[in-house]
Amino acid sequence: MRATVLIRPKPGILDPQGAAVGSALGHLGFEVQDARVGKVIDLEVEAADAATAKARVEEMCEQLLANLLIESYEIEVSG
Amino acid sequence: MASPQPRIGVVTYPGSQDDRDALWALAALDAEAIAVWHEDPDLPDLDAVVLPGGFSYGDYLRCGAIARFSPATASVCELAGAGGLVLGICNGFQVLCEAGLLPGALLRNESLRFVCRDVPVTVERDDLPFTTRCSAGQRLVLPVKHGDGRYLPPPDLDPGQVVLRYLDNPNGSVDGIAGVCNEAGNVMGLMPHPEHAVDPLLGSDDGALLLASLVDAARERVLAAY
Repeated sequence: MRATVLIRPKPGILDPQGAAVGSALGHLGFEVQDARVGKVIDLEVEAADAATAKARVEEMCEQLLANLLIESYEIEVSG
Repeated sequence: MASPQPRIGVVTYPGSQDDRDALWALAALDAEAIAVWHEDPDLPDLDAVVLPGGFSYGDYLRCGAIARFSPATASVCELAGAGGLVLGICNGFQVLCEAGLLPGALLRNESLRFVCRDVPVTVERDDLPFTTRCSAGQRLVLPVKHGDGRYLPPPDLDPGQVVLRYLDNPNGSVDGIAGVCNEAGNVMGLMPHPEHAVDPLLGSDDGALLLASLVDAARERVLAAY
């Protein structure tokens, strides 16, 4: 099963990388009110069903993939 | 009886850079400095441990996040849990935060630039094993060299855990925090590099005050064990 983990800087956490990207888009003429930069982690996991896979990946996020003080995570599982 | 030399270990991870400077500085300050390899599950009999600066495991995922799983880090956690003295410098500070031995996290510098210069800091606490040779309010000049040094404390950080504060915040750290300790006061982390500032020839020897405090504290523990 394929799991995609989206990791984002938590709201309120200063994200200078996002600000730099937003300002660069402005230079290209795009109007962007806000930009935040996170990361994506793709995983292949063995699991009986999507719910089990999601629960396992949630543990991975809590223990390693995200630092919960500064980041939030979102998990998408597809067969 | 001659004053005993305390045994202070310096852990080398893949990507550590400042381990040799830390070993050299500790030896210059009359400690027996012992190199510890990250794969060694058993620490030699040590009176204190230093986690040095660098880019352990290439800063993959987050700075310090992977070093947490080294066998040596597990032993350092045990040592810290038993009240042992642990000092993390720069990447070592990031490792201690990721390992949960110190509160908070270190993020990308606000400027997005790598900063490499001498900065002034003030000493907030002079009662720790890392600061007894300093006095509260004292100004030290120490070099910083990092891209990810913006300290973010947890919302419930006890202000008493702040050990050093930047006078001229180089990275956007919250409240200018440059160094913190754990609640018990036996674990400390800081972004500036005391090991690069132990000889006036290198611009400042203020770092020797912090490291010599650690050597003093480790020596006292050796004497207490007699």
